[in-house]
Amino acid sequence: MPELKQKKTMKVNVDSELLYKLSHLSRLEFSEKSESDMISDLNGILGWIEKLNEIDTEGIEPLTHISSEVNVLREDHKEPPLDHESGLKNAPKRDSDYFRVPKVIE
Amino acid sequence: MIDFSSFASIRTALHDKKTTVSAIVSHYLQVIEQKNSELNVFLEVYTQEAQNRALEIDKKLSEGTAGRLAGMVISLKDVICHKGHGLQASSKILEGFESQFDATVVTRLLAEDVIIIGRVGCDEFAMGSSNENSAFGAVRNADHPDRVPGGSSGGSAVSVQAGMCLLSLGSDTGGSVRQPAAFCNIIGLKPTYGRISRYGLIAYASSFDTIGIFSKQVEDMALTLEIIAGADDVDSTASQKTVPAYSQSIDAMDKSPRKIAYLARALDDESINPEIRQMMADTIETLKAQGHSVEPVDFQLLDYTLPVYYILSTAEASTNLSRFDGIRYGYRSPDAQDLESLYKKTRTEGFGQEVKRRIMLGTFVLSADYYDAYFTKAQKVRRLIREKMLEVFKNYDFWIMPTTPDTAFKIGELKGETVNMYLADLFTVPASTAGLPAISIPQAKSSEGLAIGLQVVANEFEEEQLLAFTNYLQKLKKGK
Repeated sequence: MPELKQKKTMKVNVDSELLYKLSHLSRLEFSEKSESDMISDLNGILGWIEKLNEIDTEGIEPLTHISSEVNVLREDHKEPPLDHESGLKNAPKRDSDYFRVPKVIE
Repeated sequence: MIDFSSFASIRTALHDKKTTVSAIVSHYLQVIEQKNSELNVFLEVYTQEAQNRALEIDKKLSEGTAGRLAGMVISLKDVICHKGHGLQASSKILEGFESQFDATVVTRLLAEDVIIIGRVGCDEFAMGSSNENSAFGAVRNADHPDRVPGGSSGGSAVSVQAGMCLLSLGSDTGGSVRQPAAFCNIIGLKPTYGRISRYGLIAYASSFDTIGIFSKQVEDMALTLEIIAGADDVDSTASQKTVPAYSQSIDAMDKSPRKIAYLARALDDESINPEIRQMMADTIETLKAQGHSVEPVDFQLLDYTLPVYYILSTAEASTNLSRFDGIRYGYRSPDAQDLESLYKKTRTEGFGQEVKRRIMLGTFVLSADYYDAYFTKAQKVRRLIREKMLEVFKNYDFWIMPTTPDTAFKIGELKGETVNMYLADLFTVPASTAGLPAISIPQAKSSEGLAIGLQVVANEFEEEQLLAFTNYLQKLKKGK
């Protein structure tokens, strides 16, 4: 993928637009003041982690799991993990059967 | 005279009928009463429950049916589930949350008659190196109350340091047990990834998270590890490997010479506190004088380990923390109009600054445009780091290095200096990145009286050797 290769050397600069996109994906909101703080924090951290580009990783497989266990299986047995009432106990808003949320369908 | 920081001493006193579990609990409750308002360690103290359980365990002792940990009083970091008790990762977003089940570690400890005396504060969602990022305020270092205890398991460390309990369980993702242990002059163990089940531990970065142990005595840590480690039906990442009887082998370090590596730059890197470099030099000399082979090992990847850690751990955190949405548990913003604003306002009002920063960074490195350049790149470098570290253990039994580049800093001193705060974990992050066991041992004091920790890293699942070596080092130090 030649397109991605180019991005590897690209110095990323987080601006207002990128911050807005990321905050929506993260389901977070930032006020004007906290937005500029977050932008400068993220740019500071990204500038620092750029350092990784100094390492040649050509041909190295990504390490995706740290556990050496492979397919630990057990018998499947029917067992409710948590009873209904316990499951609902911590809900900020609920009725007798369900979690309550603001209306989704008009 | 009972030494309340040694389970052996407590056990002997109980056996000789010189004390009762009730009296032991009263002792710790009294210390908590005296010190907690200043140090801000306990978020909740289970006074009545601990007293009631003490009576039950005293009865069991008199009947000869008590468990192996009867008389042991511990605290739990605010990230470990304890059924029927509050739990909120020191975050507003879990306000009012009550655990509906026990973590596997809690089940195993309670079965051996441990008493849990309370839950202790930490950095929010275990993210931090100073215990200042908490909805409940900063925890203070008991020996130097104007300084931080380290983090994120700062409350756990201070509860043991100040004698408020015998032992504490914390969690270590990038150094959150070892770094506070070093700052608080106690022992802190991060086991091999997967040695202890993570069931019931609030997830931060699932491929790094471990539950760790704080204590003043190696043997207490060994016994506790022996009981909580091992395979678990509800955590498939927990290792199936047999758990050795760690407590039986802590004296097993015979006189035969060992091959010990030390981190080469720990002696001459000027960014490391000179008194910490001196501690390394002294330790190396002591070990050599005992006939061990001690050699420098270079680790060129060290400076790349923190960036790898921050890319991967924040990516995992942004995924894990997506569950905090105000619907099923915890805080919900009262101002939500629709589902999307419910998510956004709840999370914006519920999470603290550092947690938001890490969620944002994690979301960035996982986003389509940057995934390959950051996330995949970091996973590749992680493999190189792990391979390099495993290679060291082909030639050496242990690898020693400082736990931290500097001693405990003043509360507020690093406010706003995000990257400098992250650098506090420089030496602890490698073992986390490679999944290896590591321990911090109180090894020296600075001229200001601040604790200096020595870190010992061992090969995968070599906790038995690691604890025996720790015990040996402690004895060498006492012999001085």
